Amino acid sequence: MSWLDKLKDKSGIRKKLHKPEEIWFQCKNCAEVVYYAEFEDNLNICPRCDHHYRINARERISLLTEPDSFVEHNSNMISTDPLKFKDTKRYKDRIRQVTKKDIPHEAIVTGTARLGQHTIELCVFEFEFMGGSMGSVVGEKITRSIELAMRNNNPLIIVNCSGGARMQEGILSLMQMAKTSAALRKLAEKRIPYISILTDPTTGGVSASFAMLGDIILAEPGALVGFAGPRVIEQTIKQKLPEGFQRAEFLVEHGLIDNIVHRKKLKSTLDKLICLFKNLPTARPAVPESVLTPKKIQLRAEDLAPPRF
Amino acid sequence: MVQILDFEKEIFALENQIRELVSLSNMYDSVGDITHEIAKLTKKLRRMKHDVFSNLNGWEMTLVARHPDRPYTLDYIKYIFTDFFELNGDRHGGFGPSIVAGLAKLDQQTVMVIGHQKGRDTAEKIRRNFGMSQPAGYRKSLRLMKMAEKFQIPVITFIDTPGAYPGVNAEEKGQSEAIARNMYEMAGLRVPIIVTVAGEGGSGGALAIGVGDRILMLQHSIYSVISPEGCASILWGDNKKVAQAARALCLTSKELWKLNMIDEVVREPLGGAHRDHKRSARLLKKALKSNLKRVMSNSIDELIAKRYEKFRSMGEFTDGD
Repeated sequence: MSWLDKLKDKSGIRKKLHKPEEIWFQCKNCAEVVYYAEFEDNLNICPRCDHHYRINARERISLLTEPDSFVEHNSNMISTDPLKFKDTKRYKDRIRQVTKKDIPHEAIVTGTARLGQHTIELCVFEFEFMGGSMGSVVGEKITRSIELAMRNNNPLIIVNCSGGARMQEGILSLMQMAKTSAALRKLAEKRIPYISILTDPTTGGVSASFAMLGDIILAEPGALVGFAGPRVIEQTIKQKLPEGFQRAEFLVEHGLIDNIVHRKKLKSTLDKLICLFKNLPTARPAVPESVLTPKKIQLRAEDLAPPRF
Repeated sequence: MVQILDFEKEIFALENQIRELVSLSNMYDSVGDITHEIAKLTKKLRRMKHDVFSNLNGWEMTLVARHPDRPYTLDYIKYIFTDFFELNGDRHGGFGPSIVAGLAKLDQQTVMVIGHQKGRDTAEKIRRNFGMSQPAGYRKSLRLMKMAEKFQIPVITFIDTPGAYPGVNAEEKGQSEAIARNMYEMAGLRVPIIVTVAGEGGSGGALAIGVGDRILMLQHSIYSVISPEGCASILWGDNKKVAQAARALCLTSKELWKLNMIDEVVREPLGGAHRDHKRSARLLKKALKSNLKRVMSNSIDELIAKRYEKFRSMGEFTDGD
């Protein structure tokens, strides 16, 4: 490192010099290049073509709930390794490794929160944690949320984003499907509404259990939802799959879900639906829609460098 | 383009005449005061509309009920309800676009609205299959009625269909079973159901969402076991005998009310609902609200008993003793 570099480090100049891919974001759908900050301000939706990209659990929670109203439950619950599972790595090591990252300690975050005037039980998947896969902890945390919903008579909302059951916990993962489904049956007997939200992707054991059992099932535009993933199907039937197969729009056309809701309208839609279920007067939006649209980004001279990929 | 039915021609001619007079008096002072003339003609127009529309025969009524400008379920939803959120799918692979359904507010009360939708332009007509539902549409309706039952939400249905779709895949998917199952389940659904025949009540396809506590019928709608065309070709062997068939079938609201098949005839604006959607919706909303209030004052067990009694007592016969 030259003396100049050292000086830059000390003075903090270097930190301001971003790599192009940190400043620019190229949409894989429309190939437009947009400002990363603009993209993030737009809730990870491409401002040009409206393609919805994944957002993490924290962002999702802040999107759907009133500020500071989310109280997390069982945040310290972590997986053990009941099968002493080992593929290319030991399951234990995988968990240890992923827990070090600055993300939740399991593939789901659950808690009680306020949405508009309602208190809700909210479960949100964290895809960054082993692809949002469902092991014992995910099953248990969801089941506890269902039980809390029953005890407190709160509507339940689950935001799904998962590849399916976690192979590393074997049959124990599989049985989480049965456990959660059985719990949802009890919830239904209590006539408490459960709204399931499908985001990209929702597949495997998650789609084949609680995700598809909502009183109302909503999906984000373009979300991939299905039992077997497209790669598995292609390998099995040895055919190319049609465009749009297993996407949210495909699901509506095949009568599998109720409707598609844009990410920016998700919260107001949920609020309205809960009002309708509870026969309460619906809240007119206090905040105009325009507030939700992204701020104009001020360009800085250093950001104007042409993007390179 | 406005479609004018044969018996409406005179009305339209008079309307045009009045319109011309009005614009003439606005344009030229030399015409003098013709307000008196206009008032006279307007009065004549009202009388003419009244005479024509209160004496429609069965076939003419069928034409009004099928009028392409007649308000459809989505129009009624727009004008009668607020906060409508559409719910789709039977969750078993079927979309069912010929029936629209969703949660909405009828003033303060949450209701489940379900109704046939015919489609306004060509593209929508095809997408909606002209309001002729596949089994999926009926199964979607049933799924949502069950959801309404779970959350104690009253159900309001709108009937406007030529009939259930007669097609190969409809048969494969069990059209008969879908219709039968709906009547079976609606007979015991533990929430109030209010049915409105809003346009064409085409046979089993209509009845599949037509079992309820109160059966309302718009003044110029029809409800029948078969279309006049179908009846004419089967029984007369001549599908040009539609007028005779329509008369014989007694499919108008007045005749059905006399036969005790429906509970209430809802007035339409003078000249038919197809000439004034908003007004028609306002009249229907009033009827829906008063009927809903009326049924909700009963306990649900009473309601189901009465609902059973209503359909149990339908049928005319003599025991022969």
